[in-house]
Amino acid sequence: MAIIVDENTKAVVQGITGTQGRFHTERMLKYGTKIICGVTPGKGGSEIFGVPVFDTVSEAVKMGANASVIFVPAPFAADAIMEAADAGIKVIVCITEGIPVHDELKAYLKVKEVKAILIGPNCPGIISPGKCHLGIMPTHVFAEGNVGIASRSGTLTYQIAQNLTKIGIGQSTVLGIGGDRIVGLSFSEVLEMFEKDDETDAIVLIGEIGGRDEERAAEFIKRHISKPVIAYIAGITAPPGKRMGHAGAIIEGGVGSAESKIRALSEAGVKVGKTPREVAELVAKEVKR
Amino acid sequence: MKLYEFQAKQIFADYGIKIPRGSVAAKLEEVEKFVKELGSKAVLKAQVLVGGRGKAGGIRVARSVDEAVEIAREMFGKSIKGEIIRKIYVEELLDVKEEWYMSVALDRVEKSFSLIFSTEGGIDIEEIALKSPEKIFKIRIDPRWGLWDYQLRDLFSKARIKQDLWRELMTIAKAIYRILIEKEAELVEINPLGVTEKGLFALDAKITIDDNALFRHRELEALRNFSEGLEGIAEREGMNYVKLDGNIGVIANGAGMAMATMDLIYLEGGRPANFLDIGGGASAEMMKKALEILTKDENVKAIFINIFGGITRCDEIARGLVKAFNELKINVPIILRLSGTNEEEGKRIVLENLKEIEIVETMEEGAKRAVEVARWR
Repeated sequence: MAIIVDENTKAVVQGITGTQGRFHTERMLKYGTKIICGVTPGKGGSEIFGVPVFDTVSEAVKMGANASVIFVPAPFAADAIMEAADAGIKVIVCITEGIPVHDELKAYLKVKEVKAILIGPNCPGIISPGKCHLGIMPTHVFAEGNVGIASRSGTLTYQIAQNLTKIGIGQSTVLGIGGDRIVGLSFSEVLEMFEKDDETDAIVLIGEIGGRDEERAAEFIKRHISKPVIAYIAGITAPPGKRMGHAGAIIEGGVGSAESKIRALSEAGVKVGKTPREVAELVAKEVKR
Repeated sequence: MKLYEFQAKQIFADYGIKIPRGSVAAKLEEVEKFVKELGSKAVLKAQVLVGGRGKAGGIRVARSVDEAVEIAREMFGKSIKGEIIRKIYVEELLDVKEEWYMSVALDRVEKSFSLIFSTEGGIDIEEIALKSPEKIFKIRIDPRWGLWDYQLRDLFSKARIKQDLWRELMTIAKAIYRILIEKEAELVEINPLGVTEKGLFALDAKITIDDNALFRHRELEALRNFSEGLEGIAEREGMNYVKLDGNIGVIANGAGMAMATMDLIYLEGGRPANFLDIGGGASAEMMKKALEILTKDENVKAIFINIFGGITRCDEIARGLVKAFNELKINVPIILRLSGTNEEEGKRIVLENLKEIEIVETMEEGAKRAVEVARWR
């Protein structure tokens, strides 16, 4: 089954004619993802890698697109999310980094209003190994299997997925929920989807300092999750009040420290790995290979 | 981008919020002149971007011109939490009866904006928020509907504000919300909001603008403030660097990866000297510049470069290292972990050209080695 994307996903690439869009469209096609069309306003009628390009997302929906992956530059990316949501796309993956946060907030509210799923912004995308990849992930580190991964970080996700794959543990679905302060999905929402997914036997959460999403997820796990959850939290050594990169990692007045997240998750029965390697070892104890 | 108090106050004034009379001084003579203009009594406020300025002695009252000059002489060039004081805001001393707090900000938890108000403002507001949350009043503002009068009336009533102040408070609340929206700020804060005989005055002003929105705000471009020292150099290069007080330099791709690398160093008993994320798909030039910044930090005794190549190509990183060694003077030991896309090619380039670099296979091993190497030096 996997969650959110699978072999039935038919995607449109918004911003397909840009450098990033073009590069990653080719990689996604090679992986076997069904990219059925692209959208770049003003470039409708052209073609890239045999994929037709339209001016609007509603044309893409008419052609059968049910998911979108966005590579549109930051100043126009929120507009692209709004367009996809309004056109009726239910899975919207926004890779773009650096979107103005006021725009992100409005796009977030729009997506919730039409009951679509927004992955990102500022994320590496989503992959259900062997079925579909919408994003910019190095696909060779993943393998088909029964562990779901949800993460706020890109590279760290690849690292942990690779550690798992190397010891023979594959993944059902892996997604980066995004590093910005406003992102479409919370950990709790993803946990709920993995809980319902028959193919997922264990869940890995990769969090970092800042915000309260991990603490809220811990509360959610206590009440609603029966599958084993293993977590990793980056940022034990991050000083308070400093923003660690343009990721959403910032400690706001003591709230959202790595310590507070690790404590909340541990109290909810989650096993928290101290290193990426230990995460894989903890998962190995919970699942059959 | 954080604005200095004097910059934020100018914006407050533009939006009709009352501020005490004041001028910004960069020299002793200016301080002297401004204090005289204010009637030989003034508050001298160090213009820095870090928080906690008041507790660090950055706000002082002068009751004569001589005293003001004396204070200014001490302040100029002194630093608060590593930030050098280059400007002093010289401000009229008001007779303040009470200090309140009001702010509007992006609320990532509520996915909205929030207005926060308290009649117990001042330097201990964070403590009050923790210890007596009942003294903090909050309005959730849905960006689609904006801020409405009834929400404010409701808040004033709960906070037991005297009715004759409602109108003025409402004007201020709406003004800071307009600033938040029109300047695309993340935070607009008045703390303290001074209650005086002549009405409500913004005694301090904090505005943080969303960096990602600056391209739409030419009017703010001129206010752009870069950080001091190495962090400022990194900002200009578009790199994410935060200086810390340890001695092991860290370079990684991805913010999460960089933080995880710092944490591993800590677990091995070492202390990271910095956070440095070169981002996804970094070029050789970027790699070189990253190394250049770290070699300028005198505390650094060893550098651990931790690259997991997804979109980033290991061979490109290796070329950046060769370039760095050719163009810079590097005499700090480097531990390198290269994994992922074009790993073989990257390692080959390093092995053939840079014998001084130690290659490790995993990030755990790399952190351990970096700590050992730094200890010997």
